Amino acid sequence: METVNNHFFSDVGVMLGRSMRHIARSMDTIITVTIMPIAFMLLFVYVFGGAIQTGTDSYVNYLLPGILLIAISSGISYTAYRLFMDMQSGVFERFHSMPIARSAPLWGHVLTSLVSNAISVLVIILVALIMGFRSWAGPGSWLAVAGILALFTLALTWIAVIAGLSATSVDGAGAFSYPLIFLPFISSAFVPTESMPPVVRAFAENQPVTSIVEAIRSLLEGQPVGNEIWVALAWCFVIMIIAYLFAMRVYKRKAA
Amino acid sequence: MMHMQDQAILVKGLQKSFKQLHVLNGVDFEVKRGSIFALLGSNGAGKTTIVRILTTLLKQDGGTAAVNGFDVVAEPDHVRQSISLTGQSVAVDEILTGRENLIMIGRLRHLKNSRQIADELLHRFGLADAADRRVSTYSGGMRRRLDIAMSLIGTPQLIFLDEPTTGLDPEARLEVWKTIKELANSGTTVLLTTQYLEEAEQLADRIAILHEGKIIANGTLEELKKLFPPAKVEYVEKQPTLEEIFLAIIGKKAVK
Repeated sequence: METVNNHFFSDVGVMLGRSMRHIARSMDTIITVTIMPIAFMLLFVYVFGGAIQTGTDSYVNYLLPGILLIAISSGISYTAYRLFMDMQSGVFERFHSMPIARSAPLWGHVLTSLVSNAISVLVIILVALIMGFRSWAGPGSWLAVAGILALFTLALTWIAVIAGLSATSVDGAGAFSYPLIFLPFISSAFVPTESMPPVVRAFAENQPVTSIVEAIRSLLEGQPVGNEIWVALAWCFVIMIIAYLFAMRVYKRKAA
Repeated sequence: MMHMQDQAILVKGLQKSFKQLHVLNGVDFEVKRGSIFALLGSNGAGKTTIVRILTTLLKQDGGTAAVNGFDVVAEPDHVRQSISLTGQSVAVDEILTGRENLIMIGRLRHLKNSRQIADELLHRFGLADAADRRVSTYSGGMRRRLDIAMSLIGTPQLIFLDEPTTGLDPEARLEVWKTIKELANSGTTVLLTTQYLEEAEQLADRIAILHEGKIIANGTLEELKKLFPPAKVEYVEKQPTLEEIFLAIIGKKAVK
């Protein structure tokens, strides 16, 4: 028992190494994940942007946070996919019949999700810089942005874990992410909520994406962040903890 | 205890149901150390359920099972330390190379010389030339050989092979049979499940026939031959004839 627990970190390390190799060998997954948000960014900035009144000078600056959230929401569907494939192929069964930490295979996938989403976020920020995105944020603010995005990724990754473990088909494993990708559209990510009809506006102003988007936006603009950041963090934590508890329950049931 | 010493597996009154379906209705059998034991049964007879219980992937509803002297429910970590599972679906990582698969398992078993062990196994299983190719390019027989090679890492005392040749063509089946025979010669205990009568006949020291959740016959091939009406034996002999014809045409000889 002791030996098994002592090896937790080295086991997770082996698992992380494994799925990072997967990513390195199928860069198309990262390209797919980054291309859609970049296309949205181009579309909104160069096609719709002219007609959208946000009250700011730079629309790229305004919309980048929402684009990053869309990228993460679609990125985590690959975590569900990879998990599902492991369940199907018998690889998990092999791991679970070995003397390794019980949850190591799962944590390997969760860490991989963090790393791969960080890569696609960086790529998108680079494209945004080319498109004229500028930030006045200091290192502390950038760190806070990274922290919020990491928390958001973790929260959605645990939802992806539930989907990956309980799906019965490959399509099912990925389908749960569609509503998540859609959420930023009904928030202040692309247009200010003031322009929306009352019911939609009430939803938009009280759903998690709006507070997360506004917290990141204020941080990147180098402006003081108000309550938003605490609301954003609270949302991320609550979603993460609930999804984690559910995911672990499903995992224990599926993996004896 | 003497008893513990010669028994690699000791199963008593094993019961398992899935909802209304009684899969195992009191299964008893023993496997002697260093022998090849075949569980023979048609699809759905409960072979895989037994393997999953013995490899700690599933908990039984009733009865006891001890593997290498350790109870599967009370001491699962000790059981996992002393066994390896080659499951029904080939549990190899398609995106990694053969060598990487072997090294990964070596690291998960916390061995110091994983790289060297991988090299030895690649040679022993005739995979040296394909070592640095991705497993997705391997043939069915090569995958199964790699799968079995992965199970040998850490020299477990007991290996479970759940339908190791299902879905393989006759040529590949012969390759796998050869591997299993070599395994047993080196002193490893093997529990093999199969639905092919000839496979049990070729490989096993003892054969148990599982039918409707019970062991209905258990003995050496000679003992079983006496139990069964000649008509059935004739049917058994017909199958290899066709196989021999096939193999003769493509220029391979059956393993004797």
